[in-house]
Amino acid sequence: MAIPAPLPGRSAAARTGAAPTRRRTETTYYLFLVPALALFTLAITLPAVMGIVLSFTDSVGFGEHEFIGLTNYVALFSDPAILASYGFTAGFALVTVIVVNVVAFGLAVGLTGRIRAKVAMRTIFVLPMVVSGIIIAYVFNFLFSNSLPRLASAVGFAPLEQSILANPDLAWVAVVVVTAWQAIPSAMLIYIAGILAIPGEVYEAASIDGASPGRQLRSITLPLVAGYVLINLVIGFKNFLNAYDIIVGLTNGGPGTATRSVAMTIFSGFTGGDYAYQMANATLFFLVALALALLQLRLTRGKVSV
Amino acid sequence: MSLAPVTVVPADRRDAPTTGTPRRPDRRSRANVPLTVVLALCTLTVLVPLYVTVSMAFKTTSQSVDGNAFSLPSPPSGSGVVEAWLLTSFPRGFAVSVLVTVLTVVGTIVLSSLAAYAISRNWDRRFFRWSFFYLLGAMFLPFPVLALSQVKLTGMVGLDNPFGVAVLHVMFQLSFSTLLYTAFLRSLPEELEESARLDGATTWQVFTRLVFPLLAPMSATVGIFAFLASWNDFMMPSLITSAPELQTLPVLQSIFQTQFSNNYNVAFASYLMSMAPAIVVYLFTQRWVMAGVTQGAIK
Repeated sequence: MAIPAPLPGRSAAARTGAAPTRRRTETTYYLFLVPALALFTLAITLPAVMGIVLSFTDSVGFGEHEFIGLTNYVALFSDPAILASYGFTAGFALVTVIVVNVVAFGLAVGLTGRIRAKVAMRTIFVLPMVVSGIIIAYVFNFLFSNSLPRLASAVGFAPLEQSILANPDLAWVAVVVVTAWQAIPSAMLIYIAGILAIPGEVYEAASIDGASPGRQLRSITLPLVAGYVLINLVIGFKNFLNAYDIIVGLTNGGPGTATRSVAMTIFSGFTGGDYAYQMANATLFFLVALALALLQLRLTRGKVSV
Repeated sequence: MSLAPVTVVPADRRDAPTTGTPRRPDRRSRANVPLTVVLALCTLTVLVPLYVTVSMAFKTTSQSVDGNAFSLPSPPSGSGVVEAWLLTSFPRGFAVSVLVTVLTVVGTIVLSSLAAYAISRNWDRRFFRWSFFYLLGAMFLPFPVLALSQVKLTGMVGLDNPFGVAVLHVMFQLSFSTLLYTAFLRSLPEELEESARLDGATTWQVFTRLVFPLLAPMSATVGIFAFLASWNDFMMPSLITSAPELQTLPVLQSIFQTQFSNNYNVAFASYLMSMAPAIVVYLFTQRWVMAGVTQGAIK
């Protein structure tokens, strides 16, 4: 472990008073930090390293294995099932993040407006965030496969008379709807915080100058919450790439493999005998997540000041 | 990196009468009725699925298969609840879920507040600074990436059970929680701690008697997020826990999905019993839930 060294620029004068106390209590601070570090290393770092190492082997999850270099990675890029899962996941995440942010922003503007029952409505709109993804997916599964076709038949709208979950071209819409249903609240709360952080005087001044509510939205609210939009887009896209629970509850990847996400293909490594191959897939997925995280840090640094 | 609570403009500040035309302040101070109506209609998108869950749960089996999801239960029946309770061994599933969740909440609060305290008070030391960024690293590691190895490792050390799930839940909450605590601790003045030390308090005493109580609002937020993440999780327990009878409530729903078959009242009663605890907790703690979302994003 690294030996704690004082920073070169550290002010000696400022520290003189605290120094004796600090030297004496040093061990306690280590005892505070070490449990978290140790568990983290065992539960996160070790599996991560193990996964990366095994991704260069032909392991089937048990027994002997040999190093086979980049073979798994080369195979990934020519595997139609893998490419399809990345394609589906990226497309799904992109559509969902747009739907979520448009709706969440609209709701945030509405909920910060002069409305009745503001508190009660906000309580209701946040509710989807606190229910389990797979359970609400089962509820929607029922609505999509029983209620929606009945409604469609009643009004004579042919395209929806069959369950959209059974339609390879439309099943992804159901996944987007339920994921958005659950993800809108947190994006909405972030937008509400952003809108409330705008000083009321700005709106007063604008309205004295005769700006219409629409104009105020376009020229004041939108530019001033731009930083929050960016945060929501990146956080949302990153989360949606991990899509799993809701898909299991709605389509379980089907019909066929039409809604199979990357997480689902990785988990197939438990049963399919291609353990090391899916480890390579997981490592590739990690690189994608890491790239997005770095993008997030770059984009959001200093963009929001609260 | 400001984590100060978002300045909330008091609602009445924007309602303050302006010096504009005489009728404007009057009109502006009244509620916007069309907007209220539109938003109220929007709440239906949230309320209808929840209403369907409740009403289906209290229908008789014959009414639940009539295809009309939106009707009220007539006659209301508790048979779905009773059957779901017995079929899924609800008390056991509930106990497992409570165990995993309590361990996760307590573990997250204890480990991350201790770590954050050590880090924030020794920020000038490289070991503590690096540890902070090391712990933050998990934010970039989604569970699917680690799942295959974690399942194997937990199996090897005999943690393929609810305890293993709780440990992993704590680990995935650690980054976010340590981040929140550290930022909060930096805003606490150190003078109080110094004077307690001059009175002879040890670091342990300073933390347990002085600092930890001051962290209460942050602990509430951290605890609720750990609760929601743990209670609602499906992915981790479904992969880590090997014995079906030790599964949490969300996983039990998927295990019994085929056995519910067309007894929709039983299925929905089971869904309702799994969802209700989280909704009840949310209704009592929404202040911290809402604060946590904002603080988590603006860091």
